[in-house]
Amino acid sequence: MTTSTAHPTPSMARLVGTQAGFELRVLFRNGEQLLLTILIPVGLLLGLTLATALPLTTAAGASRIDTALAGVLAVAVLSSAFTSLAIGVGFDRRSGALLLLATTPLSRTSILAAKALATVATVAIQTMVLGVTAAFLGWRPEPADLLIIPILLLGTFALGALGFALAGALRAEATLAVANAVFLVLLVAGGTAWPPSSLPGPLSTIVSALPSAALGDALRGILASGEGSVAIAIALLAVWTVAGGLIARRTFRWS
Amino acid sequence: MTSAPDDHPDRAAARTRGLVVTFGAKRAVDGLDLEIPPGAVTGLLGPNGAGKSTTIGVLAGLLTPSAGRVEVLGGVPGRATARARVGVMLQDDGLPTGAHAAEMVRHVAVLRGDRPSAEPLIEALRLSELGRTTIRRLSGGERRRVSLACALVGTPELVLLDEPTAGLDHEGRDVVAGMIRALRAQGVAVLLSTHLLDEAEALADHLTVMARGHAVAEGTVGSLTADSAERIDFAARPHLDIAALARALPSRCTVEERAPGDYRVWGSADPQILATVSSWCAQHGDAPTRMHAGRETLADAYRRLTGGGTE
Repeated sequence: MTTSTAHPTPSMARLVGTQAGFELRVLFRNGEQLLLTILIPVGLLLGLTLATALPLTTAAGASRIDTALAGVLAVAVLSSAFTSLAIGVGFDRRSGALLLLATTPLSRTSILAAKALATVATVAIQTMVLGVTAAFLGWRPEPADLLIIPILLLGTFALGALGFALAGALRAEATLAVANAVFLVLLVAGGTAWPPSSLPGPLSTIVSALPSAALGDALRGILASGEGSVAIAIALLAVWTVAGGLIARRTFRWS
Repeated sequence: MTSAPDDHPDRAAARTRGLVVTFGAKRAVDGLDLEIPPGAVTGLLGPNGAGKSTTIGVLAGLLTPSAGRVEVLGGVPGRATARARVGVMLQDDGLPTGAHAAEMVRHVAVLRGDRPSAEPLIEALRLSELGRTTIRRLSGGERRRVSLACALVGTPELVLLDEPTAGLDHEGRDVVAGMIRALRAQGVAVLLSTHLLDEAEALADHLTVMARGHAVAEGTVGSLTADSAERIDFAARPHLDIAALARALPSRCTVEERAPGDYRVWGSADPQILATVSSWCAQHGDAPTRMHAGRETLADAYRRLTGGGTE
């Protein structure tokens, strides 16, 4: 038999970084994913800001672009952390891609960490693209706006955990259908682009408890002097992160 | 259950003892004893559902045994140390459809900490010719070449190949056969699961034939075909009295009618026996229309051992 492998196995951090970079390259090469993660949020930001005929309730002291940006950032996180992640993982399960990776020095934990890191990086790219677009549309950021970073991270974890749970429980085709349907519903009535208060009575209360609405409310609270409590929204996101993680742990299957 | 590592210097590259894998009520592997020696090609044969892919899944650390002992490179399959030293080519290749062929091979090489090992394989398997075509647009054979390269990067000590030539043309099969021979020459242990008996006969040093989840035979091609190896095949009118024919032959010979009018005499290919069969048929009013004396082939042995036909 040959002697032990001469080359050292890369550290776990390097493995996760390498895999996350690879996934990002492949993701942004895919036209459908670009549409979902970049073009739809940018188009929505342009529409909500420039098409003043579209209803958008702005809080006192906030401009239309502030409110639009907060909502569209929530949509962006929803698109990448939930919909795109769920569809990607669902098809990775079906094709055996997760199993192939599990035969390399990447551990199963590293594979999930790499997917999470790639998703965080995607959200960071979306945030930069939307921030630059918003700046062209008249958005003037303030230092306090940096508080959206931990909110975006928490929102990514909460929605990402639910994305993993969905992809782990259903077949790839069902995941594709459900993830896209959920995205469309939450885009319109999930408290993302438009606050839950814009919905009729009882629906408003129910939607306020969703992670998408909690993320939207927290972002509006920071960027657009939103009416809701940022603390409550953060607490809700934390609860959804834990709940989503527990559900994913029960439902997730590798193949 | 898995065994603790040992330090025995001449141990097998991998082995299972009494391996059982169940999926619900189904026992996919049912008490398998398998030995994969270092520096040799071990062929794994068996019909669909025999448990070959499940066995490879266990050795790759992807499936957990329900019972039995499994050892891979002296340790537990699936552990980080084993994953770094074992190359795996799965039946469902699992290649990300949005990646390019050479990009994927280089990526797996980086994960294995051996980036330089990618280029010779990309060259040998002609993956650079595929350019920037994404994997989703490759043919089945081209995908198998990418998958094989991913299994071989990082200079593994044990390579598990699940039907590596499925979907390949003759030229592609020759390339794969050459790579397997090169691995053996480098001292790498190879487990080759295949339905192609000629491929197994040409490449494997040892064979294990599986049926219904366990090994029904193991050995070299010569040893698998040694028992009752000599035979005479002949064609005559259907439904001859084969018991009477057997009585006319030496006791070591047995006779079977494999299909109406298609007969086989096991136990001898002696010209004397050939003459006896011919004259017995003539005495019973029907001279054989075709006679052939020879030894049992691997395909014959496979059919006999698995109770079915070749696939």
